[in-house]
Amino acid sequence: MGIETRRIEDAGLARGIERLTPDRIAETFQALLAGETGARLKTYVETCVRCGMCAPACHYCISHDGDPSYSPVGKVRQTMWELLRQGGRVEPRFLADCAQIAYTECNLCRRCMHYCPLGIDTAYIMTVVRRLCSKLGMTPMYIQDTTHSHSAVLNQMWVKDDEWTDSLQWQEDEARAEFPDLRIPLETEGVDFMYSVIAPEPKFRTQLIYQAAAIFHNAGCSWTMPATPGWDNSNMAMFSGDFEIMGRVERYHFETAQRLRVKRIVMGECGHAFRAVYDVGNRWLGWKMHPVPVVHSIEFFWELLDQGKIRIAQKQPGPVTIHDPCNVIRGRGLMDKLREVVHALYDNVVEMTPNREHNLCCCAGGGVINCGPPFKNVRIVGNKAKADQLKATGVETVIAPCHNCHGGLEDIIHHFKLGMKIKFLGDVIYANMERPAEA
Amino acid sequence: MRELYEFAVGPLAWGAFAVFFLGSIARLVAMYSLAKKKDAPFLSYMSWRYGLRSIGHWLVPFGSLGWKENPALTVVTFIFHICLIVTPIFLLAHVVLLDLYHGIEYPTLPEAVTDVMTMLVVAACIFFAARRFFNRTVRYVTSTQDWIVLAVVFLPFATGLLAYHQVGPPLTMATLHILSAELMLVAIPFTRLSHMIFGLFTRAYMGSEFGGVRHAKDW
Ligand code: SF4
Ligand code: SF4
Repeated sequence: MGIETRRIEDAGLARGIERLTPDRIAETFQALLAGETGARLKTYVETCVRCGMCAPACHYCISHDGDPSYSPVGKVRQTMWELLRQGGRVEPRFLADCAQIAYTECNLCRRCMHYCPLGIDTAYIMTVVRRLCSKLGMTPMYIQDTTHSHSAVLNQMWVKDDEWTDSLQWQEDEARAEFPDLRIPLETEGVDFMYSVIAPEPKFRTQLIYQAAAIFHNAGCSWTMPATPGWDNSNMAMFSGDFEIMGRVERYHFETAQRLRVKRIVMGECGHAFRAVYDVGNRWLGWKMHPVPVVHSIEFFWELLDQGKIRIAQKQPGPVTIHDPCNVIRGRGLMDKLREVVHALYDNVVEMTPNREHNLCCCAGGGVINCGPPFKNVRIVGNKAKADQLKATGVETVIAPCHNCHGGLEDIIHHFKLGMKIKFLGDVIYANMERPAEA
Repeated sequence: MRELYEFAVGPLAWGAFAVFFLGSIARLVAMYSLAKKKDAPFLSYMSWRYGLRSIGHWLVPFGSLGWKENPALTVVTFIFHICLIVTPIFLLAHVVLLDLYHGIEYPTLPEAVTDVMTMLVVAACIFFAARRFFNRTVRYVTSTQDWIVLAVVFLPFATGLLAYHQVGPPLTMATLHILSAELMLVAIPFTRLSHMIFGLFTRAYMGSEFGGVRHAKDW
């Protein structure tokens, strides 16, 4: 029991251990406490009554038969309490363990907050641990690579500037076979919205851009995409703890929208990107809310359907189930709109329990999937709870409006042999909307 | 013993209440100024509406997911906290004492009721202790301070019970009861018992974030 029994080899952490000394860790920890944390951390740590009520909240803990070292408070005990007790004077090995817990055994999904009578934000405490690890270069290799990518090219996937516009033009070409006058507008100023996606879309899931363009085209939207960096709304630096880079990425994203003088930003189906723009990055930059209104595509699709701009030609029979992505449900309250959209698309929707704000995380979010192959098993085994939940619905299709969730759910569906398909809302809307010829 | 008793109900009681009230205020003020200095961007999200809404939901037994999924603990926690606060305030002997020393008078609860309530607090403490010992998660995160804090709460009620039922030498029991109660008062601002001071604020902040920013519930 405890992190020492489950250490995983990671090149980033191994290098981190070599470079650090207890003195340097202590110095950085003290500076972090002095400079960045305050009453929030202090009250959380002091006020926690060690009641353990949060244990049944966490999918890692549930999936490991209640192993206390996976409980939210158990993770805090193994990291922050010990760091505070020792004034940060810990061995590099200990800090590597902290990194493994904070980066790979917590999705920052905020479910435990629904269980803690005192409203203690364990995800925040884990974020502070990550921040310390990041400052000391003790980050898992793969997630650090995404942060480097953000830093160098302002997107998460090392997509070069010309590759970005090439991908868009390629998708426009493809789509014109189906919709002859479709455009993917680039750099059009003063339109209704800028559409922003995460870097894995041009890189791996280009058809999603095609589908979005088809939907916007059909709905007669006035929109654009930027041709410059700032198009990527994802922000892995937020999860790696490199807040300086997180802020830079967010600033570019907002400034790109401002330069294009759009009325708002519509974001693709990604939860963590939404968290960065809506909840975290904006605050780091000093905006109470966001300087350009942002809307997640769940809400945007809901508007299109509600205003009759998109009509569904054939409603599908289903049955399907809905996966609630933490960052747009607990993070933005889109559970009702998500349901309205899914019910507009399918006749038979089977709900999972618990759902809505009380949903179980996909176990990919919070940067965990970005920690890469070494930790893949951690998040699969750590989310047996979700697999059981999916299985209990007895359906074959899951609607999950979030990229991270797709990644996480695909892995558990494969591992636990659930035989299910996962779809984005865009997939289903694109496939079933009325086309101009039919309209 | 008589002198110790007199000292305990007299100057020491004043001292204990002073430490409790002033200590609590000082801690609140210090925490608030720290929050203003270091967490100002987060303080600005505090909202009365959502903070109180969240507190309201959590003040209802089984009114939140956390309470629902920990039923036994929920029942014990509510009984414990209600009895812990209500009993000493409306206990006949305490009100008589207040009247005697300060001429303050107000209605009391029947002695049979406060007797049961005291027993409930003692029983709840035993339940918490058992939980600390037998529940895997709780044992994993328990430190010495948690045991001390539990004992500090247990003692005044246990000794009060003994004193009321005239077990042991009455004066000694009464003195022990008063001393342990004073210890508890003094401990509140400076131990984990401070959740009594800060708990409402952490809850209100979480409620404000969930209600005002995230448009979701936190219960
Ligand atoms: S994974 Fe979610 S429930 Fe578990 S500790 Fe992290 S934030 Fe809490
Ligand atoms: S539920 Fe809250 S108070 Fe209880 S152990 Fe967990 S974090 Fe601490």
